[in-house]
Amino acid sequence: MTDILQSLIETVGEKAVSNRAEELWFYARDPGVLEPHTPAYVVAPKTTEEVQKVVEIANRERIPVVPAGNGMSLTGLVRPLKGGIVMDMKRMNRILELNERARYVVVEGGVSQGQLKAYLEEHCPHLRHSIPDAPPATTVAANVAIHGQGRLTQQYGFNSDMVTGLEVVLANGKICRIGSCSMGPYWFSKGPALPDLSGLFLGWLGSTGIFTKVGLRLFPNKRIRDVEIFVTDRIELVEDIIYRLTHTEMAEDISIWFQPKPLMFKDNYHINVYFTGDTEEEIEFKRKMIWDALQVYIDSKDGGFMGVQPMKPMLLEQPQRSVAAFADVPKGGGFEYSGPIAPIEKFPEYTEKLLELAGKYDLLYAGAARIISGGHAMMYGISFAFNRADPEMMARVKEALDEATEYALGLGGIPWKPNVTEQQIAMRMMDPNTLDLLRMVKDNLDPNGIMNPGNWEVG
Amino acid sequence: MYQLKHDPDICAKCPSPDCLLKCQYMSFDTEEAHEEMMKVCRGEDSPVLEKCVTCYACEEYCSQGNHPFYLIGERREEKGILTAARPITNQWINMTTMQGKYMTGAVTDKVMSCCFIPDLGALGSGKLFEEIAPAFALGAEFMCPAVHTHFAKMSVVKERLPIVLENFAKLGASEVICLHDECYGTFTSIAPAYGIDVPFKPVYYMDYLVDRLDALKDEIRPLNVSVVYQRPCSNRLIPEKFPVLRALLDRIGVQLLEREYQGENALCCGEIIRAVAGYQRANDVQKRNVDDMAAAGAEYCVFNCPFCQSTLSEMVSKQGIKPIHLIDLCKMAIGEK
Repeated sequence: MTDILQSLIETVGEKAVSNRAEELWFYARDPGVLEPHTPAYVVAPKTTEEVQKVVEIANRERIPVVPAGNGMSLTGLVRPLKGGIVMDMKRMNRILELNERARYVVVEGGVSQGQLKAYLEEHCPHLRHSIPDAPPATTVAANVAIHGQGRLTQQYGFNSDMVTGLEVVLANGKICRIGSCSMGPYWFSKGPALPDLSGLFLGWLGSTGIFTKVGLRLFPNKRIRDVEIFVTDRIELVEDIIYRLTHTEMAEDISIWFQPKPLMFKDNYHINVYFTGDTEEEIEFKRKMIWDALQVYIDSKDGGFMGVQPMKPMLLEQPQRSVAAFADVPKGGGFEYSGPIAPIEKFPEYTEKLLELAGKYDLLYAGAARIISGGHAMMYGISFAFNRADPEMMARVKEALDEATEYALGLGGIPWKPNVTEQQIAMRMMDPNTLDLLRMVKDNLDPNGIMNPGNWEVG
Repeated sequence: MYQLKHDPDICAKCPSPDCLLKCQYMSFDTEEAHEEMMKVCRGEDSPVLEKCVTCYACEEYCSQGNHPFYLIGERREEKGILTAARPITNQWINMTTMQGKYMTGAVTDKVMSCCFIPDLGALGSGKLFEEIAPAFALGAEFMCPAVHTHFAKMSVVKERLPIVLENFAKLGASEVICLHDECYGTFTSIAPAYGIDVPFKPVYYMDYLVDRLDALKDEIRPLNVSVVYQRPCSNRLIPEKFPVLRALLDRIGVQLLEREYQGENALCCGEIIRAVAGYQRANDVQKRNVDDMAAAGAEYCVFNCPFCQSTLSEMVSKQGIKPIHLIDLCKMAIGEK
């Protein structure tokens, strides 16, 4: 037995450490198309102090440590690119505090989206959090670490904007609290009116610290939730349609999607508009505002609201499981997407590129965009489905996605949850002074390069 | 391409232009109604071509059998007038395209048509359908294309209907039991209106159910409930079949309550109106309709069409009325529900 293994066992207990090949196999990969990287160890700490000790061991031994939620980013963010320790956070699954009146919750670093949803439904059904369209086992901490989005992103911004405080274990083993929780018992603000240090960690993909606690904003969970789908076949109208919809401030969530199959969706762009109300009157008022906002296109016959009644149970699911159904169209259960964040005006160009790439690489595609913060930007998902048992097809998907990212960033977009290649493209395009600042932050917070190395590493 | 059998002289000599006079969505006096219909006949512009919500009712109102609704659709298409948004129109055309994804059972001399509606396959089960359920046909290849009349795409109807009829013919059945009024209406109204031969005997499912309930009369337990009925648009193509509903309800001990919006005065479920005339118009129609159901004091709202049921179920439920398809009501009477 190595000293490192023994040290890890002494820290978290024998059952929470493994270096067995069959377990390392799982922690070497995620469901996307990127190649696996096998860790030397997997540990599953139960407390912040255990996380701290594991990081201290990693720092002492100069070996990488990679925090992992459920490993579902699809972009390979928890593959240990340089080996070392994968730290599975799922045992840190306590919901520590619910402050109903201040509308926030404090959770440990391994609490899943499904767990939080179930907890709120049971203990505080009139509050909700911004649920991403990811499997329920994905974690809250990982989602904010990658600047995830969710069902309330149109109204309130990225899920990372909803963070109200962090507890982070730094590379040197120090436990650091960020925001109002650094001065007192309350977790109501991650930054303002203090210097906002959360930016040193949010979006860094675990390469500057490990989240052991997260404070998260909650929002009113209205009694009724409804959805309308506006359909147009004129791509050049999409930007204006979104502008008109966001002007109403009636929608909690807006997404755009298009796909060639099944045939009923062919050649059209579908705009899902979700809205909520506590009464029928509130719902109908919002519905009227939404319809009226697009009356000009209804009158011109360029767009209309499609019947959604039979699809409603599926559309109103949170998370929406149908997202995964796309993966099975070509059989084999895989899909991956490049998700640049960009102004909505880029929708036509990105779409044109998506169609070009689907043809060039002979891939089944789906396009989708989620509106962010009332229309400041969108997350544009360039998605390709693939057969996991077909390495050649997976290679084509990777090539297509790399090309998509290069294109999207070249038009002014920024990458969302970028894989290593996408990070490199982003850093290549970044202003040199900004890149220097990025390097300074990383070098100071992780001088020995042990925190999820390979990610946001300035060459 | 098949041509609509419409005689403008009949309209010219019509003593009462009920097609437009009785319309619930446009308002004309007798003289205006006559004049506007004549404009449609002559292929001239008319507000009718802009305002018709495609409820099908004029097909019933026309005592001359001169097919005013099909003519309005033809004129709209000739002039390139869309009823609903272009992408919605195309969505329906694409959705119902034949792709070889149909399903058929063990067809003998009869076949049960489930149109393009999987729910009809589930409804067409149990003792009532035990003789024909295995001989089902489902899919776009067996879908009556009447829905495209809502979108004034008569060319799609004329193109696809002969293929559908041929597909049924290939199955070798002499009788097609239609579980959707739209199918029966297509085979007995649209097809003859365009001179398209139907190579089998269409059977209306309510007629079939009457026979089945007579055969199973010892198993019927009268339900002793009062209901209101949501008449579907396609029932306007076959008004002669409306009395069969009463015969059916009588057999299972169900009282059909009188209300304002029934029979000839029935209101559309609103789903197509939503697409064609907008949210407020559809809301108004739906509200009046469902309020009228509630005022009648019914325990159940009986649906004939699965689309109407899908559209209105939530609304009628909120009024304390239980939505149910007519077939399920019959199944209840023989203890299957």
